[in-house]
Amino acid sequence: MTSAPITNGTAVPLSEVPLLPFPDFQEFIVESCGADHRLVALSVGPDLAGAAVLASGAGPVLRAVRTTFPAAGFPSITPRCPEAHLFEREIAEQRGLKIFGHPWFKPVRYQRALGTPKDAWDRTGPIRPGVADFYRVEGRQVHEVGVGPVHAGVIEPGHFRFQCNGETVFNLEIALGYQHRGIERALAGGPHRATLKHMETAAGDTTIGHLWAHCLAVEGLLDLEVPLKANLIRAVALELERLANHTGDLGAIAGDVGFLPTSSYCGRLRGDWLNMTAVLCGSRLGRDLLKPGGVRFDVDAARIADLRERLEAAAGDTANALDLLWHTPSVLARLEGTGRVIPAQAKNLGLVGPAARACGLDRDVRRDHPFGPYREAAIPAVSEDLGDVAARARVRTQEIQGSVEFLRWALDVLGALPPGPVAVGAPKALPPNHLALGMTEGWRGEIAHLALTDEDGRFSRYKIVDPSFHNWTGLALALRGEEISDFPLCNKSFNLSYCGFDL
Amino acid sequence: MIRTLARPALLLLAQMVLTLVLAPLLPGIVNKVKALFAGRVGPPVFQLYYDLARLLRKGAVFSRTTTGVFLAGPAASVAVPFTAALLVPMGGATAPVSFAGDAVVLAYLFGVARFFVVLAALDTGSAFEGMGAAREVTFAVLAEPALFMGLATLARLSGGPSLAPMLTAAGQGWRAAGGPLALVLTAWVIVFLVENCRIPFDDPNTHLELTMIHEAMVLDHSGPPLAAVLYGASLKLWVLGALVVKLCLPHRGTWWIDWPAFLGGMTLLACGVGVVESIMARLRMRRVSQALIAAVVSGTFGFLLLLLA
Repeated sequence: MTSAPITNGTAVPLSEVPLLPFPDFQEFIVESCGADHRLVALSVGPDLAGAAVLASGAGPVLRAVRTTFPAAGFPSITPRCPEAHLFEREIAEQRGLKIFGHPWFKPVRYQRALGTPKDAWDRTGPIRPGVADFYRVEGRQVHEVGVGPVHAGVIEPGHFRFQCNGETVFNLEIALGYQHRGIERALAGGPHRATLKHMETAAGDTTIGHLWAHCLAVEGLLDLEVPLKANLIRAVALELERLANHTGDLGAIAGDVGFLPTSSYCGRLRGDWLNMTAVLCGSRLGRDLLKPGGVRFDVDAARIADLRERLEAAAGDTANALDLLWHTPSVLARLEGTGRVIPAQAKNLGLVGPAARACGLDRDVRRDHPFGPYREAAIPAVSEDLGDVAARARVRTQEIQGSVEFLRWALDVLGALPPGPVAVGAPKALPPNHLALGMTEGWRGEIAHLALTDEDGRFSRYKIVDPSFHNWTGLALALRGEEISDFPLCNKSFNLSYCGFDL
Repeated sequence: MIRTLARPALLLLAQMVLTLVLAPLLPGIVNKVKALFAGRVGPPVFQLYYDLARLLRKGAVFSRTTTGVFLAGPAASVAVPFTAALLVPMGGATAPVSFAGDAVVLAYLFGVARFFVVLAALDTGSAFEGMGAAREVTFAVLAEPALFMGLATLARLSGGPSLAPMLTAAGQGWRAAGGPLALVLTAWVIVFLVENCRIPFDDPNTHLELTMIHEAMVLDHSGPPLAAVLYGASLKLWVLGALVVKLCLPHRGTWWIDWPAFLGGMTLLACGVGVVESIMARLRMRRVSQALIAAVVSGTFGFLLLLLA
């Protein structure tokens, strides 16, 4: 046995996680990914202590391994294991390690490596986001279009560089990092008083998803049993977050193709779903609802009745608005066949969430690595296989139906539960020298938080993997051979997070 | 002598004032209809007037890469539709300015405007504007023959190449030549929607530069030049709309029937545009040229049908 088994929301002592020699560590990742595993997290601490977590396609057990990274740099495994490409670039940037043989060796977030005078690209001066070499196509017929980082709409900053032949896109390269805030760096030595706030705002539209993943990791470390009621309230909040974002995005997709009715209805309905989260905790984005050990607010019978009433009204209206979208030929003509990601590429890149499920990769943390009430509730498998904008939109439409069903069930169970506490006390001190993993299925896909504690019980390394980290490259590939005018539509069908990536 | 001059002078005055004053109302009506369809109150019908007043009070910002050519775009986009408006009969059977071959002048006036707008767009050196300019001229190449095939059909119907008799003959000719006129109407409605960047061919409300056709070319304008661009766009909507409306409208010869009928037709057209924009999505970019080819074919068949009948 060369790896330690670990499940979602549990912790293992570091001594039980095998410390492999570096070449064996790399081989282990390559071989596992070549079989039926995929890379969930790969991270290196300031002391070059590295850890990797791999998920199996077969069961809920994940495998963890450790190593020490060589300070002199190392050969890349990306050519043999493409899903490691961004993880490797990130390691190079954060720790100033040179990586040899990486096919596209560029900074990720344009941050400075700590503790080394020179970084992997020998940059010593000020580092400006987006200033690097971009992939270029030469030729008289080729033109380059740069979009952003300042955009026409009220969205986050990111730079998109297209190599086009007329209207056709040869290549899209995405440069991010403008939102880098240093969240992971701030978490080292934690948890601090601001840690929960950092988690809630890691990706602002995924408050519950990220905070729940953090809670799972901390509760795993403390070996806490969260009350059923608290877990149900968390799940209700998580599904409401999914509903609000899926509804809003489907409306935005309709808006991008100029289809007014669904665009207008969904704009309002997103507000209805957000307001339901506000009924739970007073915040439309679910801020301050979760804490390690449980939730901060109980729901009484009156509020459950209120939520039920709102659920039925919003569910009916959303279904109607989406029916309109799926029954308008001019809309279907725009969505179908646009922005295809080939399933084999999606698998190689390790896409997650609706973007992966639209390519026939049936991955869902709620079912594969169940946490909280998802251990009891069956989440229906949603999968499409064409990988185009229509498939992604269809997956999200079906997930809306699934979430509504789940909420009906969860509210029934919540209503039948006897009054009781919604949180258990969480001690401040974490156990020393442990590795813990918390994973949730946010509305964009798999959120993984990997926490390692030092001998004082503080985080020596805290790695956040937002689904956007896996999926941005998927968007770039979706644009190959597409019309440049379809970029906004493809972008909206993924709707990835900039700040969740930039951290 | 005075009496013979008074009528054309009155017509000229009426048509100029109505065109200049009422044109910004059309986008307002379109937006109001769209808002009603979406269940919103929507912006006031007079919103464009407020916008123009606001923009005229503002200063303009010019990129350092631009030259004087940059201002030729906004200037041409107001001057050209206004000149063209004088060639189109609106209320009655005559236009303020009318001569043999004015139909050709009308078509190429819009070509002149396009030339300057494209030049101004290229002057900025921006990738978006260059892309918009490329799209605009690509589609114009196809829109022009569609317009011309329609004009040829009408010239054949009226027996002369002057716009006022042509459109009057068309308005009266639906019983005799309904088939060809319906085909011409199809072609012209497509041209009308494409030239005015309406859904399903373009989306005037989008903020996404990559999807724009015409709007991408005017992104760098601000303040009074932007007001000129917006005002010019509404004038163009009015003039091309007048062509479509007059194609369908029979005339009675009495001004107090013909003018209200014309204005009613324009309102109906704006409502129709609003309804189309409320119920369907935009076409994919490469389908726009296919739709324009359909318009050319439709116009050509109209002409052939009339020729062979």
